[in-house]
Amino acid sequence: MSSSADIRIEPDTPENLEATTEEELLPLYRTMLSIRRMEEASAKAYSVGKIGGFLHLAIGQEAVCTGAVAALRPEDYVTATYREHGHIYARGASARSILAEMWGKKTGVVKGLGGSMHMFSKELNFLGGHGIVGGHVPIGVGAAFKAKYQGEKRVSTVFFGDGSVTIGGFAEGLALAALWKLPVVFICENNQYSMGTPLHRTTAAPDLTQRALAYDMDRDRFDGDDVIKVKRRVALAVERARETNRPTLIEVRTYRFRGHSMSDPGLYRTREEVAEWKKGDPLVRAKRRLIEELGVDEDKITAIAAEVKEEIADAVRFADTSPVSDSYFPYVLKE
Amino acid sequence: MPIISYREALNAALREEMQRDESVFLMGEEVGHYQGAYKVSQGLLEEFSERRVVDTPIAELGFSGVGVGAAMVGLRPIIEFMSFNFSLVAIDQIINHAAKMYQMSAGQYNIPMVFRGPSGPAVQVGAQHSQSFESYYCYVPGLKVVCPSTPADAKGLLKTAIRDDNPVVFLESELLYNATGEVPEGEHLVPFGKADIKRPGKEVTLIAWSKMVEVVLDAAKELEALGIDAEVIDPRSLRPLDTDALVESVKKTGRCVIVEVGWSMCGLGAEIAFQLQRECLDYLDAPVERVTSDDVPMPYAKNLEQEVMPQVKDIVAAVKHVLYLD
Repeated sequence: MSSSADIRIEPDTPENLEATTEEELLPLYRTMLSIRRMEEASAKAYSVGKIGGFLHLAIGQEAVCTGAVAALRPEDYVTATYREHGHIYARGASARSILAEMWGKKTGVVKGLGGSMHMFSKELNFLGGHGIVGGHVPIGVGAAFKAKYQGEKRVSTVFFGDGSVTIGGFAEGLALAALWKLPVVFICENNQYSMGTPLHRTTAAPDLTQRALAYDMDRDRFDGDDVIKVKRRVALAVERARETNRPTLIEVRTYRFRGHSMSDPGLYRTREEVAEWKKGDPLVRAKRRLIEELGVDEDKITAIAAEVKEEIADAVRFADTSPVSDSYFPYVLKE
Repeated sequence: MPIISYREALNAALREEMQRDESVFLMGEEVGHYQGAYKVSQGLLEEFSERRVVDTPIAELGFSGVGVGAAMVGLRPIIEFMSFNFSLVAIDQIINHAAKMYQMSAGQYNIPMVFRGPSGPAVQVGAQHSQSFESYYCYVPGLKVVCPSTPADAKGLLKTAIRDDNPVVFLESELLYNATGEVPEGEHLVPFGKADIKRPGKEVTLIAWSKMVEVVLDAAKELEALGIDAEVIDPRSLRPLDTDALVESVKKTGRCVIVEVGWSMCGLGAEIAFQLQRECLDYLDAPVERVTSDDVPMPYAKNLEQEVMPQVKDIVAAVKHVLYLD
């Protein structure tokens, strides 16, 4: 959603930055829809006890992970938080392997050892899946350190929430990336709340990218309602990192339509507030752009919805019928 | 065999492993231009350049995390803590990230990484710089913990640690940096999980590691003068622990005193004592005894510091106790 505080720091951005085509937007719409349906399916499974522990959904935030990951090359690195189902899906993991993981099954992306919060894929250069807020920020910086050490043109992206910006790992990760000029893009998904505490009660400086100034780091700040906008703006930072090793701090303002986790009824915010943010639903916006701006036939979108429905139904069946996880010892230490 | 210091032995291990494998790099405060706060990294910057000998700002959590990330994607970081006391601000990276990554990722990401630096009391450095960390880190599955007590072990264990595919907590002793001893040149690897019998004996087993090995050997000499024949064993690596060697010794002597410079409560010696009573109950002629530091933050005054730490007289008294001579 637009806002007067939607400041853009990037100079010389082409005016047609958000222009797109059916070929570009349709697959991204599909990815976002799959993520949403996958998370809806996981919420349902959680309510009947098929998923245990913590389950943090990103419903409403899909444009951020989808758009940002679309700006990357396969060899680039992605490090994320415990709200990472969308990120690993956008990176290429199947709904089957993601849901089976949440179900605690052997066929899960990490064989039932990680669950909802700790998904990893070496094949996809996906570095987790981390449950300690801010602790993973320096890890993403480490991947960038390796890229520079080896002289590779690879970029590391680190995703985190607005709740991360007050903890040491965030500050130290940024400080080192800036000092050593490492190819990292820090992507703050500002969903307005650290669990139940709104931003204005956690930080005195609501423009989170101001923190970049202290490190002489490039920064950008925008709303995460449009997947193409996210992709374009992240791509600017990614390519700058790739070509010049300059890191960037990006703040994408977004909103989670559900609670912090499944146990959170969200009593700290009003229905009106949630309804207002839902007007900026990235799925609704993408669909509208496809139909109204790009003239895509509605039947085509309906067909995609049907495909996605079957994709997720198949993943649920797969998770339901997969064997339970059966071993945890081989992975404590590498022999 | 050349006689060199513990510091020089560590330096040789770092140099040789960095020559051997380009993915090995050293990172920490003052490791490069300053040549190391304790000069362990002397000369490495000149040989390997700033690319591989990386000075950091004061940000232990940050640079430890950078090491974990770099290890996930193929490098072999050596993270130096100027003092292991500072590892407490990075403990999230060591425990929550380095130790758990291999398991959480179901074997996709192992962490071939060494966290090293001095641990344990030095000389009058006060409460915040005198702690021993082996018990903190031995608690955690997914870590290996090593405590060399001699220059030869310092070199051989560090080389093994750098080649290990798992995170290794490598605890040096500031009080040993100047200690000298024979150290093999070139390829010298000491395996983890293999205890070293420092002095064979028949009447009592004394178990100690790191700086305490020296103190215990002094106590054994004093005991010899009293006609008591003590066996001294240094486990060298604490996780994995060579329980078999300790059990074998205690079965032979029937008595055991465990000496550690850490605190008593939840100290590693308590775990060793538990394992010994389980495996050796029928062989024990006395309960296993422990000598530890006093249960206080380390005081500054020299006389008080000495009083807090295990002394030869404390060890002799404990041995007399298990021999029912007191």
